[in-house]
Amino acid sequence: MQAPVQLTISPRLAKNIRRNVKERMIELILMLAALVAVATTFAIVGVLLYESLSFFKTVSVVEFFTDTQWTPLFEEAHYGIMPLVSGTLTTSAIALAVAVPIGTIAAIFLSEFASHKTRETIKPILELLVGVPTVVFGYFALFFVTPLLQSIYPELPSFNMLGAGIVMGIMIIPYIASMSEDAMRAVPMSMREGSYAMGATRFQTAIKVVTPAAVSGIVAAYILAISRAVGETMVVAIAAGQQPNLTFNPLESAATITAYIVQVAMGDLPHGSIGYQSIFAAGLVLMAMTLSFNIIGHWVRKKYRESY
Amino acid sequence: MATVTTAIKAEARDLNFFYSNGARALKGISMPLYENKITALIGPSGCGKSTFLRCFNRMHDLYPGNKYQGQIVMHPDNTNVLDAGVDPIEVRMRISMVFQKPNPFPKSIYENVAYGLRVRGENNKRIMDDKVEEALKGAALWSEVKDRLHDLAFNLSGGQQQRLCIARALATDPEIMLFDEPTSALDPIATANIEELMVELRSKLTILVVTHNMQQAARVSDYTAYMYLGELIEYDDTDKIFTNPGRKETEDYITGKFG
Repeated sequence: MQAPVQLTISPRLAKNIRRNVKERMIELILMLAALVAVATTFAIVGVLLYESLSFFKTVSVVEFFTDTQWTPLFEEAHYGIMPLVSGTLTTSAIALAVAVPIGTIAAIFLSEFASHKTRETIKPILELLVGVPTVVFGYFALFFVTPLLQSIYPELPSFNMLGAGIVMGIMIIPYIASMSEDAMRAVPMSMREGSYAMGATRFQTAIKVVTPAAVSGIVAAYILAISRAVGETMVVAIAAGQQPNLTFNPLESAATITAYIVQVAMGDLPHGSIGYQSIFAAGLVLMAMTLSFNIIGHWVRKKYRESY
Repeated sequence: MATVTTAIKAEARDLNFFYSNGARALKGISMPLYENKITALIGPSGCGKSTFLRCFNRMHDLYPGNKYQGQIVMHPDNTNVLDAGVDPIEVRMRISMVFQKPNPFPKSIYENVAYGLRVRGENNKRIMDDKVEEALKGAALWSEVKDRLHDLAFNLSGGQQQRLCIARALATDPEIMLFDEPTSALDPIATANIEELMVELRSKLTILVVTHNMQQAARVSDYTAYMYLGELIEYDDTDKIFTNPGRKETEDYITGKFG
């Protein structure tokens, strides 16, 4: 056996300092860009929590959730968030009642029935609806849909949750239709062929095979739509009214959380006053609502994850 | 085998097929499918054997622009199933199909097998239970899944999924069953199971199978057709094709000189 020879590192194989430093720099820049989004989210949550904390020093949590009135700017102030929550839930529920059936049916049509040409014509138009500014939808609700509803039901007030909810529903149809259609089209052709080969019709294939196969994507679309509806501001601020009103009756006028926030944020409230702090507490509730919908959606997606 | 005269279940008569881009994929094919026999289609990739198979249940109707020319006559109806007056759904109710890659539906094992019956409007639970059990037994899958009929079909192994697809196709009592390379995605043991199953099914129905695997054609089929570039080169008893082919091209393909 030979004596071990002392090994050296040949300069041609030595670590290239310049290249390594450059790589690390690039990595750092990329990470910073990613951090901006994450940091912003945390900053928002932080500010919301901080300002809400001062709010809850004055108002007890119990009062916040049980008081049936929300009048933080009045002489005799009440701080019950429920009237705003009821407004938010009612308008969102109406919006979903409009958008979920229409959006899903539109998706089934586009994905399973429309010819290539029809689909390529309709889908961009549908997606154009997403680009319409929400303030336009708000006036559409106030000056077109509500008068139309009043011609059927004359007692309907000018500001009402029904008209706002319906228009909000129309506004989110494209989200549901477009995302659900993507999910359905991702279902492999072999699965459809399997269904047709069993003697199924187009409709049976769409309902019994394609839709269940795409369910996780469809549910994701619904969740996004719910978040959109709960967080939507302009339509409800313009058309649903600005009076907090603890009611689930869509024929009444009521303010949503977002409508209240925009109304107060536009006024000139002194920094640090209770009215100022109340919008952070309301914002926190709003965020908790959307977050919980997202968590539910995540869970549903995981449960029905598609595997072909 | 050919010494026993058997009835013709279906036959292609001067069949041509054109894809929507105008490509002629089948050129004047005429051949019979004998009842309760297994007919194998062999040939190199792109020779049109799958295209031919998919004419029998009008699968090409699913894509716009495809065109059939000629006839596929089904007996005892004595009807050209390619005729414009024939409803492809009715054809598919009687001619079922098993695909290359197992394609179970995103449903339970039970619902996969019951699918064809539900599509036909059957809702009686007793009838359905019996049919599902019978079909799963027919596909040699019953003993493996009888305790978990309501599990998702995706949880089965590849070979089990393919047998589930066979059970699904069997549940509606088809007269002809089309197999499009049914074992190409399976391991040798699962392949052997499927082959055994096909031979068993022969007593109940007529089988047409596309295969890339010549040993498979030799093992399971009674008749073999060799196709090349959309043409039927040779059709005969399987024994004859593999021991004494009539055409030089067939011999070259079978002996591996070509393809």
